[in-house]
Amino acid sequence: MTPHAELEAQIDRWRGYVQRNRAISPADVDELEDHLREQIADRQATGLDDEEAFLVAIKRLGNLDAVSREFAREHSDRLWKQLVLVPAGPDDASASAWRELAVVLALAVGAGVAVKAGSAWFDDGAALMRNLGLLVFPFLAAYFAWKRRLTGAVAATLIVPFAALAVALNVYPFAPAGSTGMLAALHAPVILWLLTGVAYVGGRWRSDKGRMDFVRFTGELAVYYTLLALGGAVLIALTLASLRAIGVDFQPVLEDWVLPFAVPGALVVAAWLVEAKQQVVENIAPVLTRVFTPLTVAMLLVLLTVLATAGGFVDIDRNLLILMDAILVLVLCLLLYSISARDPLAPPGLFDALQLALVIAALAVDAVMLTAMLARIAEFGYSPNKIAALGLNLLLLVHLLRAAWLAVGFLRGRLPFAAVERWQTRYLPVYGAWAAVVVVVFPPIFGFI
Amino acid sequence: MRIDKDLVAASATPLVLGILAEGDLYGYAILKRVSELSGGGMQWTDGMLYPLLHRLERLGYVSSLWGTSDAGRRRKHYTITPAGRDALADRQEQWTVVADALRQVWQTTQGPAAATEGWA
Repeated sequence: MTPHAELEAQIDRWRGYVQRNRAISPADVDELEDHLREQIADRQATGLDDEEAFLVAIKRLGNLDAVSREFAREHSDRLWKQLVLVPAGPDDASASAWRELAVVLALAVGAGVAVKAGSAWFDDGAALMRNLGLLVFPFLAAYFAWKRRLTGAVAATLIVPFAALAVALNVYPFAPAGSTGMLAALHAPVILWLLTGVAYVGGRWRSDKGRMDFVRFTGELAVYYTLLALGGAVLIALTLASLRAIGVDFQPVLEDWVLPFAVPGALVVAAWLVEAKQQVVENIAPVLTRVFTPLTVAMLLVLLTVLATAGGFVDIDRNLLILMDAILVLVLCLLLYSISARDPLAPPGLFDALQLALVIAALAVDAVMLTAMLARIAEFGYSPNKIAALGLNLLLLVHLLRAAWLAVGFLRGRLPFAAVERWQTRYLPVYGAWAAVVVVVFPPIFGFI
Repeated sequence: MRIDKDLVAASATPLVLGILAEGDLYGYAILKRVSELSGGGMQWTDGMLYPLLHRLERLGYVSSLWGTSDAGRRRKHYTITPAGRDALADRQEQWTVVADALRQVWQTTQGPAAATEGWA
Protein backbone atom coordinates (compact mmCIF):
# COMPACT_ATOMS: atom_id res chain seq x y z
CA MET A 1 0.00 0.00 0.00
CA THR A 2 1.38 3.40 -0.93
CA PRO A 3 1.75 5.89 1.91
CA HIS A 4 -1.12 8.07 0.69
CA ALA A 5 -3.49 5.38 -0.58
CA GLU A 6 -6.37 6.56 1.59
CA LEU A 7 -5.89 10.16 0.41
CA GLU A 8 -5.80 9.03 -3.21
CA ALA A 9 -9.00 7.06 -2.67
CA GLN A 10 -10.66 10.13 -1.15
CA ILE A 11 -9.59 12.31 -4.06
CA ASP A 12 -10.91 9.68 -6.45
CA ARG A 13 -14.27 9.63 -4.71
CA TRP A 14 -14.40 13.43 -4.76
CA ARG A 15 -13.59 13.39 -8.48
CA GLY A 16 -16.35 10.91 -9.15
CA TYR A 17 -18.77 13.09 -7.22
CA VAL A 18 -17.80 16.29 -9.03
CA GLN A 19 -17.88 14.61 -12.42
CA ARG A 20 -21.54 13.80 -12.03
CA ASN A 21 -22.16 17.50 -12.30
CA ARG A 22 -23.16 18.34 -15.82
CA ALA A 23 -22.02 21.95 -15.68
CA ILE A 24 -18.47 20.96 -14.78
CA SER A 25 -16.59 19.45 -17.69
CA PRO A 26 -13.86 16.80 -17.26
CA ALA A 27 -11.22 19.43 -18.05
CA ASP A 28 -12.64 21.64 -15.29
CA VAL A 29 -12.48 18.70 -12.91
CA ASP A 30 -8.80 18.28 -13.82
CA GLU A 31 -8.25 21.93 -13.05
CA LEU A 32 -10.07 21.71 -9.72
CA GLU A 33 -8.21 18.53 -8.83
CA ASP A 34 -4.88 20.22 -9.46
CA HIS A 35 -6.04 23.00 -7.17
CA LEU A 36 -7.15 20.56 -4.51
CA ARG A 37 -3.84 18.69 -4.58
CA GLU A 38 -1.82 21.92 -4.33
CA GLN A 39 -3.90 23.00 -1.36
CA ILE A 40 -3.46 19.59 0.28
CA ALA A 41 0.30 19.68 -0.28
CA ASP A 42 0.51 23.15 1.31
CA ARG A 43 -1.55 22.03 4.31
CA GLN A 44 0.62 18.93 4.71
CA ALA A 45 3.68 21.16 4.66
CA THR A 46 2.27 23.01 7.68
CA GLY A 47 2.01 19.74 9.57
CA LEU A 48 -1.54 18.48 8.94
CA ASP A 49 -2.02 14.79 8.21
CA ASP A 50 -3.64 13.51 4.99
CA GLU A 51 -7.16 13.45 6.31
CA GLU A 52 -7.05 16.92 7.88
CA ALA A 53 -5.38 18.40 4.82
CA PHE A 54 -8.06 16.88 2.58
CA LEU A 55 -10.87 18.22 4.75
CA VAL A 56 -9.42 21.72 4.84
CA ALA A 57 -8.84 21.72 1.08
CA ILE A 58 -12.39 20.56 0.39
CA LYS A 59 -13.75 23.20 2.76
CA ARG A 60 -11.73 25.91 1.07
CA LEU A 61 -12.96 24.82 -2.35
CA GLY A 62 -16.43 25.72 -1.18
CA ASN A 63 -19.92 24.29 -1.41
CA LEU A 64 -20.00 22.21 -4.55
CA ASP A 65 -23.60 23.13 -5.37
CA ALA A 66 -22.80 26.83 -5.26
CA VAL A 67 -19.63 26.35 -7.30
CA SER A 68 -21.41 24.25 -9.90
CA ARG A 69 -24.18 26.85 -10.10
CA GLU A 70 -21.50 29.39 -10.88
CA PHE A 71 -20.08 27.07 -13.54
CA ALA A 72 -23.56 26.59 -14.96
CA ARG A 73 -24.08 30.34 -15.16
CA GLU A 74 -20.89 30.67 -17.14
CA HIS A 75 -21.42 27.54 -19.27
CA SER A 76 -25.18 27.21 -19.62
CA ASP A 77 -24.59 25.47 -22.94
CA ARG A 78 -23.18 22.53 -21.06
CA LEU A 79 -26.54 21.76 -19.59
CA TRP A 80 -27.38 20.82 -23.14
CA LYS A 81 -24.90 18.05 -23.28
CA GLN A 82 -22.55 18.54 -26.12
CA LEU A 83 -21.20 15.87 -28.34
CA VAL A 84 -17.46 16.31 -28.66
CA LEU A 85 -16.38 13.91 -31.35
CA VAL A 86 -12.90 15.27 -31.69
CA PRO A 87 -11.78 17.15 -28.58
CA ALA A 88 -9.83 20.33 -29.26
CA GLY A 89 -6.30 20.76 -28.04
CA PRO A 90 -2.97 19.20 -28.81
CA ASP A 91 -3.56 16.26 -26.45
CA ASP A 92 -3.16 12.56 -27.06
CA ALA A 93 -6.93 12.31 -26.71
CA SER A 94 -7.41 14.50 -29.75
CA ALA A 95 -4.93 12.53 -31.83
CA SER A 96 -6.63 9.25 -31.00
CA ALA A 97 -10.03 10.78 -31.77
CA TRP A 98 -8.82 11.84 -35.19
CA ARG A 99 -7.41 8.36 -35.73
CA GLU A 100 -10.77 6.87 -34.78
CA LEU A 101 -12.56 9.18 -37.19
CA ALA A 102 -10.19 8.10 -39.95
CA VAL A 103 -10.78 4.42 -39.15
CA VAL A 104 -14.56 4.92 -39.10
CA LEU A 105 -14.60 6.75 -42.43
CA ALA A 106 -12.32 4.15 -44.02
CA LEU A 107 -14.59 1.35 -42.80
CA ALA A 108 -17.72 3.19 -43.95
CA VAL A 109 -16.25 3.63 -47.42
CA GLY A 110 -15.08 0.00 -47.31
CA ALA A 111 -18.63 -1.17 -46.57
CA GLY A 112 -19.85 0.91 -49.51
CA VAL A 113 -17.21 -0.52 -51.84
CA ALA A 114 -18.10 -4.05 -50.69
CA VAL A 115 -21.80 -3.52 -51.40
CA LYS A 116 -21.03 -1.90 -54.75
CA ALA A 117 -18.68 -4.75 -55.71
CA GLY A 118 -21.27 -7.25 -54.49
CA SER A 119 -23.98 -5.76 -56.66
CA ALA A 120 -21.66 -6.02 -59.66
CA TRP A 121 -20.61 -9.57 -58.79
CA PHE A 122 -24.01 -11.13 -58.03
CA ASP A 123 -26.11 -10.64 -61.14
CA ASP A 124 -28.96 -12.47 -59.41
CA GLY A 125 -30.99 -10.19 -57.13
CA ALA A 126 -31.86 -12.97 -54.68
CA ALA A 127 -28.20 -13.95 -54.27
CA LEU A 128 -27.29 -10.31 -53.62
CA MET A 129 -30.00 -10.07 -50.98
CA ARG A 130 -28.70 -13.19 -49.21
CA ASN A 131 -25.19 -11.75 -49.19
CA LEU A 132 -25.93 -8.15 -48.30
CA GLY A 133 -25.45 -8.72 -44.56
CA LEU A 134 -22.25 -10.66 -45.20
CA LEU A 135 -20.88 -7.72 -47.18
CA VAL A 136 -21.53 -5.10 -44.52
CA PHE A 137 -20.96 -7.09 -41.31
CA PRO A 138 -17.14 -7.41 -41.57
CA PHE A 139 -16.75 -3.63 -41.54
CA LEU A 140 -18.95 -3.10 -38.51
CA ALA A 141 -17.27 -6.00 -36.70
CA ALA A 142 -13.86 -4.65 -37.72
CA TYR A 143 -14.69 -1.33 -36.10
CA PHE A 144 -15.49 -3.00 -32.78
CA ALA A 145 -12.54 -5.38 -33.14
CA TRP A 146 -10.31 -2.33 -33.51
CA LYS A 147 -12.06 -0.35 -30.78
CA ARG A 148 -12.19 -3.17 -28.22
CA ARG A 149 -8.82 -4.66 -29.20
CA LEU A 150 -10.30 -8.13 -29.61
CA THR A 151 -8.10 -11.09 -28.84
CA GLY A 152 -7.39 -13.75 -31.44
CA ALA A 153 -9.74 -16.20 -29.74
CA VAL A 154 -12.67 -13.75 -29.88
CA ALA A 155 -11.87 -12.89 -33.48
CA ALA A 156 -11.97 -16.60 -34.27
CA THR A 157 -15.40 -16.97 -32.64
CA LEU A 158 -16.54 -14.23 -35.03
CA ILE A 159 -14.80 -15.44 -38.17
CA VAL A 160 -15.72 -19.13 -37.96
CA PRO A 161 -19.54 -18.66 -37.78
CA PHE A 162 -19.27 -15.88 -40.34
CA ALA A 163 -17.40 -18.15 -42.77
CA ALA A 164 -19.84 -21.01 -42.13
CA LEU A 165 -22.77 -18.69 -42.81
CA ALA A 166 -21.13 -17.38 -45.98
CA VAL A 167 -20.57 -20.93 -47.21
CA ALA A 168 -24.15 -22.01 -46.44
CA LEU A 169 -25.67 -18.95 -48.11
CA ASN A 170 -23.61 -19.34 -51.28
CA VAL A 171 -23.04 -23.08 -51.71
CA TYR A 172 -26.60 -24.28 -51.12
CA PRO A 173 -28.37 -24.70 -54.47
CA PHE A 174 -31.36 -22.50 -53.61
CA ALA A 175 -34.17 -22.75 -56.12
CA PRO A 176 -34.79 -19.43 -57.91
CA ALA A 177 -37.57 -17.52 -56.15
CA GLY A 178 -37.79 -20.34 -53.62
CA SER A 179 -38.94 -19.77 -50.08
CA THR A 180 -35.95 -21.37 -48.32
CA GLY A 181 -33.62 -18.91 -50.05
CA MET A 182 -35.85 -16.04 -48.99
CA LEU A 183 -36.02 -17.35 -45.41
CA ALA A 184 -32.22 -17.67 -45.31
CA ALA A 185 -31.86 -14.09 -46.55
CA LEU A 186 -34.24 -12.90 -43.82
CA HIS A 187 -32.66 -14.86 -40.98
CA ALA A 188 -28.98 -14.38 -41.80
CA PRO A 189 -28.93 -10.75 -40.55
CA VAL A 190 -30.17 -11.95 -37.13
CA ILE A 191 -27.13 -14.21 -36.78
CA LEU A 192 -24.81 -11.51 -38.07
CA TRP A 193 -26.30 -8.98 -35.68
CA LEU A 194 -25.72 -11.26 -32.69
CA LEU A 195 -22.15 -11.79 -33.91
CA THR A 196 -21.82 -8.00 -34.02
CA GLY A 197 -22.97 -8.12 -30.41
CA VAL A 198 -20.11 -10.50 -29.56
CA ALA A 199 -17.70 -7.99 -31.11
CA TYR A 200 -19.47 -5.10 -29.37
CA VAL A 201 -19.03 -6.56 -25.89
CA GLY A 202 -15.44 -7.43 -26.72
CA GLY A 203 -16.02 -11.16 -26.39
CA ARG A 204 -17.68 -10.95 -22.95
CA TRP A 205 -20.90 -12.29 -24.41
CA ARG A 206 -21.64 -14.40 -21.36
CA SER A 207 -22.08 -11.25 -19.25
CA ASP A 208 -25.68 -10.11 -18.72
CA LYS A 209 -24.52 -6.54 -18.36
CA GLY A 210 -22.66 -6.75 -21.64
CA ARG A 211 -25.73 -8.10 -23.41
CA MET A 212 -27.90 -5.35 -21.95
CA ASP A 213 -25.36 -2.81 -23.18
CA PHE A 214 -25.68 -4.32 -26.62
CA VAL A 215 -29.48 -4.06 -26.47
CA ARG A 216 -29.09 -0.41 -25.53
CA PHE A 217 -26.61 0.05 -28.34
CA THR A 218 -29.02 -1.54 -30.82
CA GLY A 219 -31.83 0.79 -29.81
CA GLU A 220 -29.67 3.88 -29.98
CA LEU A 221 -28.25 2.75 -33.30
CA ALA A 222 -31.76 2.45 -34.71
CA VAL A 223 -32.52 6.00 -33.53
CA TYR A 224 -29.31 7.39 -34.97
CA TYR A 225 -29.59 5.49 -38.22
CA THR A 226 -33.12 6.81 -38.67
CA LEU A 227 -31.96 10.37 -38.05
CA LEU A 228 -29.10 9.98 -40.52
CA ALA A 229 -31.48 8.45 -43.06
CA LEU A 230 -33.96 11.31 -42.66
CA GLY A 231 -31.24 13.92 -43.06
CA GLY A 232 -29.83 12.08 -46.05
CA ALA A 233 -33.25 11.80 -47.64
CA VAL A 234 -33.81 15.54 -47.34
CA LEU A 235 -30.42 16.28 -48.89
CA ILE A 236 -30.98 13.83 -51.72
CA ALA A 237 -34.47 15.13 -52.43
CA LEU A 238 -33.22 18.72 -52.60
CA THR A 239 -30.30 17.77 -54.85
CA LEU A 240 -32.54 15.69 -57.07
CA ALA A 241 -35.08 18.49 -57.42
CA SER A 242 -32.52 21.19 -58.17
CA LEU A 243 -30.64 19.09 -60.69
CA ARG A 244 -33.90 18.16 -62.38
CA ALA A 245 -34.77 21.85 -62.61
CA ILE A 246 -31.45 22.44 -64.36
CA GLY A 247 -32.14 19.48 -66.64
CA VAL A 248 -29.59 16.97 -65.33
CA ASP A 249 -30.83 13.46 -64.61
CA PHE A 250 -29.39 12.55 -61.23
CA GLN A 251 -31.40 9.36 -60.78
CA PRO A 252 -28.81 6.88 -62.21
CA VAL A 253 -25.97 8.36 -60.15
CA LEU A 254 -28.16 8.19 -57.07
CA GLU A 255 -29.08 4.56 -57.58
CA ASP A 256 -25.68 3.36 -58.74
CA TRP A 257 -23.35 5.33 -56.50
CA VAL A 258 -24.93 7.39 -53.75
CA LEU A 259 -27.23 4.82 -52.18
CA PRO A 260 -24.87 1.79 -52.29
CA PHE A 261 -22.31 3.83 -50.40
CA ALA A 262 -24.56 5.89 -48.15
CA VAL A 263 -26.81 3.12 -46.81
CA PRO A 264 -24.11 0.72 -45.48
CA GLY A 265 -21.70 3.56 -44.68
CA ALA A 266 -24.30 5.27 -42.50
CA LEU A 267 -24.57 2.08 -40.44
CA VAL A 268 -20.87 2.19 -39.54
CA VAL A 269 -21.03 5.93 -38.88
CA ALA A 270 -24.15 5.49 -36.71
CA ALA A 271 -22.37 2.79 -34.69
CA TRP A 272 -19.49 5.17 -34.12
CA LEU A 273 -21.82 8.00 -33.13
CA VAL A 274 -23.55 5.80 -30.57
CA GLU A 275 -20.15 4.86 -29.17
CA ALA A 276 -18.99 8.45 -29.09
CA LYS A 277 -22.04 9.97 -27.51
CA GLN A 278 -23.09 7.34 -24.97
CA GLN A 279 -23.73 9.86 -22.22
CA VAL A 280 -24.80 12.74 -24.41
CA VAL A 281 -28.38 11.94 -25.32
CA GLU A 282 -28.96 8.89 -23.19
CA ASN A 283 -32.24 10.46 -22.12
CA ILE A 284 -33.86 9.93 -25.52
CA ALA A 285 -34.38 6.19 -24.87
CA PRO A 286 -36.70 6.53 -21.86
CA VAL A 287 -38.62 9.28 -23.65
CA LEU A 288 -39.18 7.22 -26.78
CA THR A 289 -40.18 4.12 -24.87
CA ARG A 290 -42.61 6.09 -22.72
CA VAL A 291 -44.23 7.58 -25.79
CA PHE A 292 -44.44 4.40 -27.79
CA THR A 293 -45.35 1.81 -25.17
CA PRO A 294 -48.91 3.10 -24.61
CA LEU A 295 -49.34 3.70 -28.34
CA THR A 296 -48.26 0.16 -29.12
CA VAL A 297 -50.63 -1.25 -26.51
CA ALA A 298 -53.46 0.65 -28.23
CA MET A 299 -52.37 -0.63 -31.64
CA LEU A 300 -52.27 -4.24 -30.45
CA LEU A 301 -55.74 -3.90 -28.91
CA VAL A 302 -57.13 -2.55 -32.18
CA LEU A 303 -55.54 -5.41 -34.09
CA LEU A 304 -56.96 -7.94 -31.64
CA THR A 305 -60.45 -6.51 -32.02
CA VAL A 306 -60.19 -6.56 -35.81
CA LEU A 307 -58.91 -10.13 -35.79
CA ALA A 308 -61.63 -11.25 -33.43
CA THR A 309 -64.40 -9.75 -35.53
CA ALA A 310 -62.92 -10.91 -38.84
CA GLY A 311 -64.25 -14.41 -38.39
CA GLY A 312 -62.48 -17.75 -39.04
CA PHE A 313 -58.77 -17.99 -38.49
CA VAL A 314 -58.21 -20.18 -41.55
CA ASP A 315 -59.26 -17.36 -43.81
CA ILE A 316 -56.71 -14.96 -42.42
CA ASP A 317 -54.55 -13.78 -45.23
CA ARG A 318 -51.01 -15.10 -45.38
CA ASN A 319 -49.61 -11.59 -45.78
CA LEU A 320 -51.42 -10.53 -42.64
CA LEU A 321 -49.70 -13.30 -40.70
CA ILE A 322 -46.30 -12.10 -41.92
CA LEU A 323 -47.18 -8.53 -41.01
CA MET A 324 -48.27 -9.62 -37.55
CA ASP A 325 -44.98 -11.44 -37.06
CA ALA A 326 -43.16 -8.24 -37.92
CA ILE A 327 -45.34 -6.34 -35.44
CA LEU A 328 -44.61 -8.84 -32.67
CA VAL A 329 -40.87 -8.63 -33.31
CA LEU A 330 -41.15 -4.86 -33.18
CA VAL A 331 -43.06 -5.05 -29.89
CA LEU A 332 -40.34 -7.26 -28.49
CA CYS A 333 -37.66 -4.77 -29.56
CA LEU A 334 -39.62 -1.99 -27.87
CA LEU A 335 -39.91 -4.09 -24.72
CA LEU A 336 -36.20 -4.85 -24.66
CA TYR A 337 -35.30 -1.25 -25.36
CA SER A 338 -37.52 0.08 -22.60
CA ILE A 339 -36.16 -2.48 -20.15
CA SER A 340 -32.63 -1.46 -21.08
CA ALA A 341 -33.50 2.20 -20.56
CA ARG A 342 -35.03 1.71 -17.12
CA ASP A 343 -33.21 2.44 -13.90
CA PRO A 344 -32.98 -1.06 -12.39
CA LEU A 345 -33.11 0.30 -8.84
CA ALA A 346 -36.31 2.33 -9.22
CA PRO A 347 -39.36 0.83 -7.49
CA PRO A 348 -42.19 -0.57 -9.63
CA GLY A 349 -44.41 2.17 -11.04
CA LEU A 350 -47.21 2.93 -13.45
CA PHE A 351 -44.95 2.51 -16.45
CA ASP A 352 -44.05 -1.03 -15.40
CA ALA A 353 -47.74 -1.87 -15.24
CA LEU A 354 -48.11 -0.42 -18.73
CA GLN A 355 -45.25 -2.60 -19.89
CA LEU A 356 -47.00 -5.63 -18.47
CA ALA A 357 -50.12 -4.60 -20.40
CA LEU A 358 -47.98 -4.46 -23.55
CA VAL A 359 -46.63 -7.96 -22.90
CA ILE A 360 -50.12 -9.33 -22.26
CA ALA A 361 -51.53 -7.70 -25.40
CA ALA A 362 -48.64 -9.11 -27.40
CA LEU A 363 -49.26 -12.53 -25.85
CA ALA A 364 -52.91 -12.38 -26.91
CA VAL A 365 -51.93 -11.44 -30.46
CA ASP A 366 -49.36 -14.20 -30.48
CA ALA A 367 -51.94 -16.74 -29.29
CA VAL A 368 -54.33 -15.69 -32.08
CA MET A 369 -51.49 -15.98 -34.60
CA LEU A 370 -50.50 -19.43 -33.38
CA THR A 371 -54.08 -20.64 -33.64
CA ALA A 372 -54.37 -19.21 -37.13
CA MET A 373 -51.10 -20.81 -38.18
CA LEU A 374 -51.95 -24.22 -36.79
CA ALA A 375 -55.30 -23.98 -38.54
CA ARG A 376 -53.58 -23.13 -41.82
CA ILE A 377 -51.07 -25.94 -41.42
CA ALA A 378 -53.88 -28.41 -40.69
CA GLU A 379 -55.79 -27.13 -43.71
CA PHE A 380 -53.05 -26.71 -46.31
CA GLY A 381 -50.16 -28.81 -44.97
CA TYR A 382 -46.79 -27.44 -43.97
CA SER A 383 -44.27 -25.42 -45.93
CA PRO A 384 -40.88 -23.91 -45.01
CA ASN A 385 -42.52 -20.50 -44.56
CA LYS A 386 -45.15 -21.83 -42.19
CA ILE A 387 -42.71 -23.81 -40.09
CA ALA A 388 -40.33 -20.84 -39.85
CA ALA A 389 -43.19 -18.57 -38.79
CA LEU A 390 -44.51 -21.18 -36.36
CA GLY A 391 -41.09 -21.58 -34.78
CA LEU A 392 -40.67 -17.83 -34.39
CA ASN A 393 -44.09 -17.54 -32.81
CA LEU A 394 -43.38 -20.32 -30.34
CA LEU A 395 -40.11 -18.62 -29.38
CA LEU A 396 -41.98 -15.35 -28.90
CA LEU A 397 -44.65 -17.12 -26.86
CA VAL A 398 -42.09 -18.56 -24.42
CA HIS A 399 -40.28 -15.23 -24.26
CA LEU A 400 -43.43 -13.23 -23.58
CA LEU A 401 -44.97 -15.71 -21.14
CA ARG A 402 -41.90 -15.73 -18.93
CA ALA A 403 -41.54 -11.95 -19.29
CA ALA A 404 -45.16 -11.48 -18.16
CA TRP A 405 -44.65 -13.85 -15.24
CA LEU A 406 -41.52 -12.00 -14.10
CA ALA A 407 -43.16 -8.60 -14.60
CA VAL A 408 -46.02 -9.62 -12.33
CA GLY A 409 -43.50 -10.80 -9.73
CA PHE A 410 -41.69 -7.48 -9.98
CA LEU A 411 -44.86 -5.41 -9.73
CA ARG A 412 -45.90 -7.30 -6.59
CA GLY A 413 -42.49 -6.64 -5.12
CA ARG A 414 -41.48 -10.28 -4.97
CA LEU A 415 -38.70 -10.07 -7.56
CA PRO A 416 -35.95 -7.53 -8.22
CA PHE A 417 -35.92 -5.83 -11.60
CA ALA A 418 -32.64 -7.62 -12.29
CA ALA A 419 -34.63 -10.86 -12.67
CA VAL A 420 -36.70 -9.28 -15.46
CA GLU A 421 -33.55 -8.02 -17.14
CA ARG A 422 -31.74 -11.31 -16.80
CA TRP A 423 -34.50 -13.24 -18.53
CA GLN A 424 -34.44 -10.87 -21.50
CA THR A 425 -30.70 -10.99 -21.97
CA ARG A 426 -30.41 -14.74 -21.40
CA TYR A 427 -33.10 -15.48 -23.98
CA LEU A 428 -31.52 -13.47 -26.80
CA PRO A 429 -29.14 -16.19 -28.08
CA VAL A 430 -32.14 -18.48 -28.59
CA TYR A 431 -33.23 -16.30 -31.50
CA GLY A 432 -29.73 -16.60 -32.99
CA ALA A 433 -29.87 -20.38 -32.67
CA TRP A 434 -33.30 -20.49 -34.34
CA ALA A 435 -32.11 -18.21 -37.15
CA ALA A 436 -29.11 -20.52 -37.64
CA VAL A 437 -31.47 -23.50 -37.89
CA VAL A 438 -33.59 -21.69 -40.50
CA VAL A 439 -30.52 -20.72 -42.56
CA VAL A 440 -28.50 -23.92 -42.30
CA VAL A 441 -30.93 -26.79 -41.62
CA PHE A 442 -34.13 -25.71 -43.38
CA PRO A 443 -32.86 -25.63 -46.99
CA PRO A 444 -31.56 -29.24 -47.08
CA ILE A 445 -34.64 -30.54 -45.22
CA PHE A 446 -37.05 -28.88 -47.60
CA GLY A 447 -34.96 -29.62 -50.68
CA PHE A 448 -33.91 -25.97 -51.34
CA ILE A 449 -37.38 -25.08 -52.65
CA MET B 1 -10.23 41.53 9.41
CA ARG B 2 -12.69 39.85 7.04
CA ILE B 3 -13.66 41.69 3.88
CA ASP B 4 -17.34 41.85 2.98
CA LYS B 5 -18.51 39.33 0.37
CA ASP B 6 -19.84 41.93 -2.09
CA LEU B 7 -16.63 43.89 -1.96
CA VAL B 8 -14.62 40.73 -2.66
CA ALA B 9 -16.85 39.95 -5.63
CA ALA B 10 -16.55 43.49 -7.02
CA SER B 11 -12.78 43.55 -6.74
CA ALA B 12 -12.23 40.01 -8.05
CA THR B 13 -11.94 40.83 -11.75
CA PRO B 14 -9.43 43.72 -11.48
CA LEU B 15 -7.48 41.80 -8.87
CA VAL B 16 -7.14 38.69 -11.03
CA LEU B 17 -6.32 40.74 -14.12
CA GLY B 18 -3.78 42.74 -12.14
CA ILE B 19 -2.11 39.62 -10.81
CA LEU B 20 -1.97 38.10 -14.26
CA ALA B 21 -0.46 41.33 -15.58
CA GLU B 22 2.54 40.53 -13.37
CA GLY B 23 3.00 37.21 -15.19
CA ASP B 24 1.30 33.94 -16.20
CA LEU B 25 -0.11 31.88 -13.36
CA TYR B 26 -2.37 28.92 -12.68
CA GLY B 27 -5.44 28.96 -10.45
CA TYR B 28 -4.01 27.97 -7.12
CA ALA B 29 -1.07 30.38 -7.49
CA ILE B 30 -3.47 33.24 -8.26
CA LEU B 31 -5.35 32.59 -5.03
CA LYS B 32 -2.11 32.43 -3.06
CA ARG B 33 -1.10 35.78 -4.50
CA VAL B 34 -4.48 37.31 -3.57
CA SER B 35 -4.01 36.05 -0.03
CA GLU B 36 -0.45 37.47 0.12
CA LEU B 37 -1.48 40.85 -1.26
CA SER B 38 -4.34 41.26 1.19
CA GLY B 39 -2.41 39.90 4.13
CA GLY B 40 -4.88 37.02 4.34
CA GLY B 41 -7.82 39.42 4.59
CA MET B 42 -9.43 38.46 1.31
CA GLN B 43 -10.53 34.85 1.52
CA TRP B 44 -12.23 33.59 -1.60
CA THR B 45 -14.16 30.43 -1.92
CA ASP B 46 -11.49 28.67 -3.95
CA GLY B 47 -13.90 26.97 -6.32
CA MET B 48 -15.42 30.29 -7.42
CA LEU B 49 -12.14 31.41 -9.00
CA TYR B 50 -12.51 29.00 -11.91
CA PRO B 51 -15.91 30.11 -13.22
CA LEU B 52 -14.51 33.66 -12.99
CA LEU B 53 -11.40 32.73 -14.97
CA HIS B 54 -13.58 31.01 -17.57
CA ARG B 55 -15.74 34.11 -17.85
CA LEU B 56 -12.66 36.30 -18.35
CA GLU B 57 -11.48 33.84 -20.97
CA ARG B 58 -14.80 34.01 -22.79
CA LEU B 59 -14.63 37.81 -22.72
CA GLY B 60 -11.17 37.53 -24.26
CA TYR B 61 -9.35 39.14 -21.30
CA VAL B 62 -7.24 36.08 -20.60
CA SER B 63 -6.14 33.08 -22.60
CA SER B 64 -5.32 29.68 -21.20
CA LEU B 65 -2.95 26.88 -22.04
CA TRP B 66 -2.72 23.39 -20.61
CA GLY B 67 0.69 22.55 -19.28
CA THR B 68 2.16 20.12 -16.82
CA SER B 69 2.98 20.71 -13.17
CA ASP B 70 6.23 19.61 -11.52
CA ALA B 71 4.39 16.56 -10.23
CA GLY B 72 3.31 15.72 -13.78
CA ARG B 73 -0.35 16.71 -13.42
CA ARG B 74 -2.31 18.56 -16.07
CA ARG B 75 -2.39 22.23 -15.13
CA LYS B 76 -4.07 25.17 -16.84
CA HIS B 77 -2.04 28.37 -17.04
CA TYR B 78 -3.68 31.71 -17.64
CA THR B 79 -2.17 34.67 -19.53
CA ILE B 80 -3.57 38.17 -19.79
CA THR B 81 -4.35 39.33 -23.34
CA PRO B 82 -4.03 42.87 -24.77
CA ALA B 83 -7.82 43.20 -24.41
CA GLY B 84 -7.39 42.15 -20.80
CA ARG B 85 -4.80 44.86 -20.24
CA ASP B 86 -7.18 47.44 -21.69
CA ALA B 87 -9.95 46.19 -19.41
CA LEU B 88 -7.56 46.32 -16.48
CA ALA B 89 -6.61 49.92 -17.26
CA ASP B 90 -10.30 50.81 -17.49
CA ARG B 91 -11.07 49.13 -14.16
CA GLN B 92 -8.08 50.85 -12.59
CA GLU B 93 -9.48 54.22 -13.57
CA GLN B 94 -12.87 53.31 -12.16
CA TRP B 95 -11.37 52.10 -8.90
CA THR B 96 -9.21 55.19 -8.64
CA VAL B 97 -12.32 57.34 -8.90
CA VAL B 98 -14.11 55.24 -6.29
CA ALA B 99 -11.11 55.17 -3.95
CA ASP B 100 -10.59 58.92 -4.38
CA ALA B 101 -14.24 59.63 -3.59
CA LEU B 102 -14.12 57.38 -0.55
CA ARG B 103 -10.93 58.99 0.73
CA GLN B 104 -12.52 62.43 0.52
CA VAL B 105 -15.59 61.20 2.35
CA TRP B 106 -13.45 59.63 5.08
CA GLN B 107 -11.58 62.90 5.44
CA THR B 108 -14.69 65.06 5.74
CA THR B 109 -16.35 62.65 8.21
CA GLN B 110 -13.16 62.08 10.15
CA GLY B 111 -12.23 65.78 10.09
CA PRO B 112 -15.04 67.10 12.34
CA ALA B 113 -14.69 64.03 14.58
CA ALA B 114 -10.99 64.78 15.07
CA ALA B 115 -11.82 68.46 15.64
CA THR B 116 -14.40 67.63 18.33
CA GLU B 117 -11.77 65.50 20.03
CA GLY B 118 -9.38 68.44 19.85
CA TRP B 119 -11.83 70.77 21.60
CA ALA B 120 -12.65 68.37 24.33
